[in-house]
Amino acid sequence: MGEVLFFFAGAGAIGGALGVIWATNPFYSVLSLVFHLLSLAALFLLLQAQFVAAAQVIVYAGAVMVLYVFVVAYVGGASVALTATRGARVLAVLFAAALAAELFIAVLGSGLQAVKTEGAVLTAQYGTPAHIGELLLTKFLLAFEVASFLLLIGAVGAVLLARRRGGLPDEERRRVSFYDVVRPGYTGTMAEGVGTAYHHEARPRS
Amino acid sequence: VSIGWFLAVSVVVFCIGAIGVLTRRNPLVVLLCLELMLNAGNLALIGFSRMWGNGDGQVFALVVMVVAACEVSVGLGVVVAMYRRRLPIDVDELRELQG
Repeated sequence: MGEVLFFFAGAGAIGGALGVIWATNPFYSVLSLVFHLLSLAALFLLLQAQFVAAAQVIVYAGAVMVLYVFVVAYVGGASVALTATRGARVLAVLFAAALAAELFIAVLGSGLQAVKTEGAVLTAQYGTPAHIGELLLTKFLLAFEVASFLLLIGAVGAVLLARRRGGLPDEERRRVSFYDVVRPGYTGTMAEGVGTAYHHEARPRS
Repeated sequence: VSIGWFLAVSVVVFCIGAIGVLTRRNPLVVLLCLELMLNAGNLALIGFSRMWGNGDGQVFALVVMVVAACEVSVGLGVVVAMYRRRLPIDVDELRELQG
């Protein structure tokens, strides 16, 4: 049973990865990556990592891929299906083949005897959310805090990079709601945060 | 299934991702291929975690996922900013970083 599941999930993971680099339309690359991530979640389940598998499906295949689909739809994927020149492609494949040989030697030819087994004997709570949560809040507390801070920086950076500079076009600017007049300036809308608000130019700061 | 097979899958996926990063010129696809490489690393981490029978590798994998999410959000922000400024969406054309 495990072997059959591993075969299908592994083939799905590799096939999805190949689809990502072969598809000429970025939209199909994204869909292929979703398939790859779901297969990878199945592999994680075979390795008894239930919590990470669930996080993989929810965070990656859910949230991150939706972000990708939105950006591909916004930028318009089909017009930029570019690949490198032929010489560069051959060089890249040669480099990857060398890398694969090196990694196979490093991983499978290592002295680790346990690589050839199915792994250590597990406790009952291995890989459960309780186990991971306890590790995150005791042994890896610093890593946990740094990761959360990194997420905050990432969110701020994404908003700063993708914001609209130079305000809205004139037509949209004239659409002023009642609250824009009643509310004192700079009391916190998202539009003010990224510098596209009505208050920004039209009213003096008071 | 022995741990070695999982590691072999992870090696193959990592190399496919490396080919993609080196050959594709669309930054969106380059980011997708970076995701492939990070996920291959995750699979290896979880495989080794299973090999040792403790959960440390799974925590590492979660941290890798956090880093990947940050990388994606900032990278896609850069792509959107490039698109807004009418720059070509092509990593070979963008040789200089300027404000």
